[in-house]
Amino acid sequence: MTALGDPTRQAIFERLVERPRPVGELAGELPVSRPAVSQHLKVLKDAGLVVDRKAGTRRVYQVDPQAVADLRAYFDAFWDQSLAAFRDAVEHEEQRDG
Amino acid sequence: MVEQQQSQEPQSAATAVRQSIVVRAPQERAFAIFTERMGSWWPLDNYALGTQPVVDAVVEPRAGGRWYERSEDGSEVDWGRVVAWEPPDRVVLTWELSADFRPDPRIQTEVELRFSPDGAHRTRVELEHRGLEAYGERTAEMRETYGSDGGWAGLLRAYAATAESGA
Repeated sequence: MTALGDPTRQAIFERLVERPRPVGELAGELPVSRPAVSQHLKVLKDAGLVVDRKAGTRRVYQVDPQAVADLRAYFDAFWDQSLAAFRDAVEHEEQRDG
Repeated sequence: MVEQQQSQEPQSAATAVRQSIVVRAPQERAFAIFTERMGSWWPLDNYALGTQPVVDAVVEPRAGGRWYERSEDGSEVDWGRVVAWEPPDRVVLTWELSADFRPDPRIQTEVELRFSPDGAHRTRVELEHRGLEAYGERTAEMRETYGSDGGWAGLLRAYAATAESGA
């Protein structure tokens, strides 16, 4: 199967898509150390995919919905155009070949 | 090799895009045009990598095959690989291109296409492009590249205009 980036980072990201979580909870659910989770969160945060906020003494991480929406809008527009071009090509051929 | 069908994990949905379209052609023909004749419809002027004019987009018809563009001068640039090849029902490709259409091994995303009959002479084509979180580490860069008016925003307007005029 294809590796979709770093598997641990992907697992962290997917958990944050479900709901916001603090570092400790992520580390408890995944077979990696808390510092490793923090490092992955830093990468995700630097990328603009994840944001954090302070909740009492904890820091809670969540997916930045705008970043995810931007990504999807980009590829939605791309495939929308490409599939429309595909449909046009199919239908031209069908007309031509009767 | 038989691919196990990946279950659609709901938490992955946030970083996948799905689209479907119905074309007026039988399934085998729709599949053939999509794959064997991709170069006849892919918007090569807008979406291709090489500095030379790109003349074709090629999907090699087997699992493990290449997916690449070919330029006028014969040079080739890989876009990804064929993961599953099940004509005329399904094809899965990896997509290893950055947002500005350059080969980038850090970008491991997957495009799955499913073809199914929709009445006697029509075919439904469903597309899923998943694993877009692979762009995570490039998101800031993507915003820089495309965030300016001439970049991303302009590109999106161009897509919209083309989609409307083509409809």
